[in-house]
Amino acid sequence: MRHTIVARLRNDPLALTRVVGLLRRRGFHVDTMTLGPSEDVGSHRATLVVEAADVRQAVAQLRRLVDVLEAEALPGGEALERETALLSVTAGAAERPQIVALCSVFGGRVLEVGACSMVVEVTGSPSHLDRFLELVRPYGLLALARTGRIALARSPIAARIDDIAHTPAAPAPLHLAPVHALAG
Amino acid sequence: MPEPTRTGAQILCEALLREGVEVLFGIPGGAIMPFYHALPEYPALRHVLCRHEQGAGHAAEGYARASGRVGVCVATSGPGATNLVTPLADAWMDSTPLVAITGQVASTLLGTDAFQETDITGITMPITKHNFLVTRAEDLPRVVREAFHLASTGRKGPVLIDITKDAQLARVTPEWDAAPRPAAHASPPELEPDAVRAAARLLERAERPLILAGNGVVWAGAHEALLRLAERTGIPVITTLHGKGAFPDEHPLGLGMPGMHGWVHVNRAIQECDVLLNVGGRFDDRVTGKASTFAPRAKIVHIDIDPAEIGKLVRVDVAIVADAREALLALVEEVAPRACGEWLAHIRSLQEAHEPKQTYRKRADGASLAPNDVYAAFDRLARERGRCRVVTDVGQHQMWAAQLLEWRDPRTHITSGGAGTMGFSVPAALGAAIACPDETIWVICGDGGFQMTNQELATMAQEGIRNVRIAIVNNGYLGMVRQWQQLFEGRRYSETPLSGPDFARLAEAYGHTGVRVEHASEVEAALVEAWDRDGCTVLDFRVEREANVFPIVHPGKSLNDMITGDPGAGADAGAFGGMGSAVTGETRL
Repeated sequence: MRHTIVARLRNDPLALTRVVGLLRRRGFHVDTMTLGPSEDVGSHRATLVVEAADVRQAVAQLRRLVDVLEAEALPGGEALERETALLSVTAGAAERPQIVALCSVFGGRVLEVGACSMVVEVTGSPSHLDRFLELVRPYGLLALARTGRIALARSPIAARIDDIAHTPAAPAPLHLAPVHALAG
Repeated sequence: MPEPTRTGAQILCEALLREGVEVLFGIPGGAIMPFYHALPEYPALRHVLCRHEQGAGHAAEGYARASGRVGVCVATSGPGATNLVTPLADAWMDSTPLVAITGQVASTLLGTDAFQETDITGITMPITKHNFLVTRAEDLPRVVREAFHLASTGRKGPVLIDITKDAQLARVTPEWDAAPRPAAHASPPELEPDAVRAAARLLERAERPLILAGNGVVWAGAHEALLRLAERTGIPVITTLHGKGAFPDEHPLGLGMPGMHGWVHVNRAIQECDVLLNVGGRFDDRVTGKASTFAPRAKIVHIDIDPAEIGKLVRVDVAIVADAREALLALVEEVAPRACGEWLAHIRSLQEAHEPKQTYRKRADGASLAPNDVYAAFDRLARERGRCRVVTDVGQHQMWAAQLLEWRDPRTHITSGGAGTMGFSVPAALGAAIACPDETIWVICGDGGFQMTNQELATMAQEGIRNVRIAIVNNGYLGMVRQWQQLFEGRRYSETPLSGPDFARLAEAYGHTGVRVEHASEVEAALVEAWDRDGCTVLDFRVEREANVFPIVHPGKSLNDMITGDPGAGADAGAFGGMGSAVTGETRL
């Protein structure tokens, strides 16, 4: 089973090696991993997509690492996931409009146009990117770079309403957007 | 007045003293020389000069296991550091608190393949709780404090500090109050009352409850709490290899060891029990056999301080993530008193039925010294003399010691469990002897393991250690491998026959006493003399060569599949007698 794990790591040069090494030796295959600054200056946020029969065990092992400040698995429906792909596609004058059209449908951008190829950028959920790739592949994919996914847990809407209801001086209920609208 | 500047090496020494360190085991070398240059200025730090870094590491482990404190070992960069890998792996597997300090090449040379440069933080990442590469002397106070905190809290374990030579030489003003960096592990888990209640209800309602006690009981100092829980509920207790001494074997509720070389009645109790409380054990495969067939009728309660152990190998019905002592005391408060008379009687009847097959007897073929001659005499004498500590190595002699000696007190049984490190015992005994200078430290080891690290006999001589006694159960084989070859590989003794020097004369050459024992009639006198002699003694017991450890569960199989004696052996010809037509599956449930 493929799972998304988000973790916050200490800014330590060895932290990344520790995380990757641990997952390898415990038998969890890392499909994608992204790492970048988090909201906290002293830490980085990593998003890992791992193959794990027991994701709780993967998370529990990660939490044993001193450099891992927090780690949790995001269940499918509870994560906002994004990924960016850069593609270099074969495209002569005849194909260009078709690819530009596809790009626009998928919310992508054309970054560069050459004599017989072009480079486009698409961002979205991993499945959104997969669909775009399937459609573009027949034109001839010269190069593909994907960032791997980044993810955050969804905002806890229900809990927020509960909190408000139990707070004595509760302000008027918020008008909350339906969940699917946030999914994009 | 401002605090004077000091070298990183001096700061390191002071930091160790601030952590309460009294003894270091190590060997100097190029990259750690600044530390050794500073060391004589701190006479409160006793340094034990070992003969091999592996010996230094195991000695630090033995010190930690005997004393309950953090063991410290020191080595130089490169080969010095890599020689610590085995003890670090051993401490990692057995959750032993250890701080290893290694010198490293100057920070300007890092990554250039400099002389004696090895990426020891990279190498030891999988076998340490954490490790540090220190390139600035300013970081040493904080790093040392973090290292000792990590090694000695939660689930204990090894931590390595690698310090570049320039960081040892740099002069700075130490900041002792530098805040440690935040870590998720800073606070111990809080006991969940709901889990304790759920566990208590299971223990109260069970018809056939069983307690499995492991290493965590010893490290938490939970043996008295365990005794209270057992006596309050009448629930019988089994102890893993590292749980030996966590519960007295002689107690009416003490059953003995489970697992690959566990007693028949113990393994059957596991397979029949309806509630199993595992406190401080990690369901090692040597305990469970094939995990999916382990305790098939039982609801399982698991007390462990490491959340990652919960459900790792065996499904758990109630998890209590906590310090074993705290959890057991809470259970004692919560659980209603009860008795388990019928269940215990059933287990004891199983024991009676199988005991004759488990009582090792001398071969009928006239071999003059059986392993059990040594163990029986040792057990008798140990009981007479009261407390003594035994350090065992890895192999047949280790299993016989666990099975045949009666264990009473925590920290009296010191062995290499998870890693199964041959060569552990002699240096670990050196560490234990320094931790407990007023006690007799016995080593029981095989001739294979003894030959791996016996160079530390020289360390004992130089340090004036006089309280170590070594009993070599010498069968001229790598015995456990030979046993497997005999039982599972058609007696193809591939590379297991093993020669050695005259161990008694070797001991004499090191300045100790050495005695060879070849007949059962000489055993007791030899043990008594060794015990009473002021000074280290090596006893070379030349035992029958092909004695086997029984029972044995076939590797990878269920605890139901025990071999209780030599297959095909006649009633009186079995290696340890009385097996009738015992073959594989004889005790299949």
